[in-house]
Amino acid sequence: MIRLEKRPQPSRGWVIGGPVLAVVLTMAAGGLMFAALGKDPVEAIRIIFWDPLFSQQFASYSRPQLLVKAGPLILIAIGLSLGFRAGIWNIGAEGQYIVGAICGAAFGLAFWPSESPLIFPGMVLAGLLGGFLWAMIPALLRVYARTNEILVSLLLVYVAEAMLASAATGWLRNPEGSGFPGSRTLSRHPGTDNPELIAGTGMHWGVLAAFVAVIAAYVVMNRHVLGYQIRLAGEAPRAARFGGVNAGRLVILCMGVSGALAGAAGLFEVSGPAGRISIDFNVGYGFTAIIVAFLGRLNPVGILLAGLLLALTFIGGELAQLMMGIPAPAIQAFQGMLLFFLLALDLLANYRIRLKGRAPA
Amino acid sequence: MTALLEIEGLTKAYPGVVANDAVSFSVQPGEVHALLGENGAGKSTLVKMIYGLVKPDRGAMRLRGAAYAPSEPRAARAAGVAMVFQHFSLFEALSVAENIALGMENPPKARDLAERIRSVSETYGLPLDPFRLVGDLSAGERQRVEIIRCLLQDPKLLIMDEPTSVLTPQEVEILFHTLRKLSSEGTAILYISHKLEEIRTLCDAATILRLGKKVGECTPREVTAAHMAELMVGKSLSVPARDDHEPGEVLLHVAGLSVTPASPFGMPLRHVGLEVRAGEVLGIGGVAGNGQDELLSALSGETPVSPGAITLQGQPVGHLGPNERRVLGLLCAPEERLGHAAAPDMSLTENAVLTGRIRQGLDAHGFVNWGKARGFAEAIIARFDVRTPGPGVAARALSGGNLQKFVIGREILQDPTVLVVNQPTWGVDASAAAAIRQALLDLAQGGAAVIVISQDLDELLEISDRFCALNEGRLSAPRPARGLTMEEIGLMLGGAHDMHDVAAGAGA
Repeated sequence: MIRLEKRPQPSRGWVIGGPVLAVVLTMAAGGLMFAALGKDPVEAIRIIFWDPLFSQQFASYSRPQLLVKAGPLILIAIGLSLGFRAGIWNIGAEGQYIVGAICGAAFGLAFWPSESPLIFPGMVLAGLLGGFLWAMIPALLRVYARTNEILVSLLLVYVAEAMLASAATGWLRNPEGSGFPGSRTLSRHPGTDNPELIAGTGMHWGVLAAFVAVIAAYVVMNRHVLGYQIRLAGEAPRAARFGGVNAGRLVILCMGVSGALAGAAGLFEVSGPAGRISIDFNVGYGFTAIIVAFLGRLNPVGILLAGLLLALTFIGGELAQLMMGIPAPAIQAFQGMLLFFLLALDLLANYRIRLKGRAPA
Repeated sequence: MTALLEIEGLTKAYPGVVANDAVSFSVQPGEVHALLGENGAGKSTLVKMIYGLVKPDRGAMRLRGAAYAPSEPRAARAAGVAMVFQHFSLFEALSVAENIALGMENPPKARDLAERIRSVSETYGLPLDPFRLVGDLSAGERQRVEIIRCLLQDPKLLIMDEPTSVLTPQEVEILFHTLRKLSSEGTAILYISHKLEEIRTLCDAATILRLGKKVGECTPREVTAAHMAELMVGKSLSVPARDDHEPGEVLLHVAGLSVTPASPFGMPLRHVGLEVRAGEVLGIGGVAGNGQDELLSALSGETPVSPGAITLQGQPVGHLGPNERRVLGLLCAPEERLGHAAAPDMSLTENAVLTGRIRQGLDAHGFVNWGKARGFAEAIIARFDVRTPGPGVAARALSGGNLQKFVIGREILQDPTVLVVNQPTWGVDASAAAAIRQALLDLAQGGAAVIVISQDLDELLEISDRFCALNEGRLSAPRPARGLTMEEIGLMLGGAHDMHDVAAGAGA
């Protein structure tokens, strides 16, 4: 019989080796699946993991996409991870992302067609503030009315989507867009655009913000009293209260930071890669970021790597569909396998497997 | 006469520790057999093997002459072995009868079961109303639920793990009466304890364990408690020493403190008033669940109260939070070590920061100085003899006694003006308990005021200057501890809990 036994201390080897082994196992299992579908498994895996970064043919397009896709995922996931560490479950990052984008875009469009260099920083602030305020609704309701922030934040996503629809078709619609939904294009207008900072890399202000957030989160979680209190509140709420942690303030802070970062990510997206407010510019980064946060074990460096890995499989998956005609569900199954193996092997960092022999007489 | 249970060479090893090393003893039918030893001596592992929770590595057991190797508790129960655990597994929101039905393979109809519970409880003098909610019961009554649950199986061997730790002296008497009756009917009782006087009054035989090995056996009535203690600890214990002295000024004053509990099964505090002076130890006795946790939370600042309800050196502090009170010198050590006094998965260094951050200056500009924190943790470990590989070890990896020394030491090393501790030696082995008591006395000697909340009345009488009792959220007037008898204390604690309730309930 197989039995799991909790390790006294997490195993260092498995913390690092587990994810590597998970990728290898995914390649093996996914390869079998591709082979069963009659596709060349070696080629499929090369296209998914290798070609987006290194192929002569595609890399020029897909390499920048890696940072474009990973940037918002990482930025949002870092914010979420603070709350998740403290047992505060903001599931509505998608809504905060949308509201941040709308607020930031509205700020920029309010000054249209000004090209002042102050506009973009103002848009970033408006984006941060929009996401922050949207997250304050579940936060304040939890603190003062004891509602469940999971439900409230999640349901507010649908409210935000309705607001996005009304903005795209109504009050933010491009007046020169001959009635089509969608705002003016922010990304091709000096003053409101979030440009690619280094050509051919996909690096824009949002990606930079994500990297800064990773470093800041690392410092806060490991060195700062706030990070200590967040970990304490998550691991032992009663001990946290005994240690003088104000639970309500922590909820507001964690929800506020995650909302603000999600809002900023939304603004960077509409002023950069997406280019404008459209009815469906949001592609679910706010939800995917939850996976990224957990995949990265709520650790800033882990989130950085998880965001990049997930972005890679998205890009590589699209490429494989395009090049080899692998059906989309097979690609999703492949991504699912990756998550499965990562999480399954994650268990081994904290537990060891005992093969229980026969009981001695 | 053949023995009921024979144990031969039972051995169980866990990674890094041999919990039981070739332990052999036997229990006769109708015998009350004590299993005596410090925490970590291997008592629990041994009875878990008898109850089928743990499989022995080596050795054999025989029950009534037949080979006995229970693979699970169900098999043990079928063979006539029952166990009452130290920590109860009861659902507070369910009634007594419902809780008992949950543990049965084929529960009878609710009315029949209630009838059986009544008859067993009357036969054995364990008053209990089957329809009351467990959440409303005292610890002693909850224990009766567990005992009756066992008795309904008509066991041949009843294992009891530290049963008296939650009882008032009067309740202990009731329990002993029941156990004697059971034993006179031929049921053997395996009685785990480290309270020596109890064992001397109750038990017919004793097996003494130390560090997993059987180190002796004796007939408790024929030897002194000191003799058993020496066998158990392996050395003679020193009684905490203290000098007589006059207490100084009043440091902490509590008046009219009333608190409504946060949970429906908590106990409200009703007009609690007390004062402690410099150099004094105030003992607060009482059975757990009578407001101890609520009192500690109110004093620590986890439950804010009105400013004037608590004054520290003349300054109202009732409205202040835990850290603000720490600044002023009011420190606390809660009962629950894992999860309240310490975060289980955090290292000792991180746990040192939990309460030591402000007074020890473990942070600067909002950043934790981990080097300094580690130094503080190391100081606690060295000063209080905490057995651990180092300050980087997670709190949950420490034994209860060692973690308790760490938790108490962490507060004492911060040089408190007033220290409040709840159950400072609960589940701590005898030598560690003596060290903790001595440290508390030394602290008072140094001019601090100390409040010790405890269920261990011997402990309170040993170290307190004055004693008062907490019962149903009310605090009695303090009395000088010297010269108090167990009888008087028992009455202060409200006697046997809720005897009258049951009598009334049965008559209705």
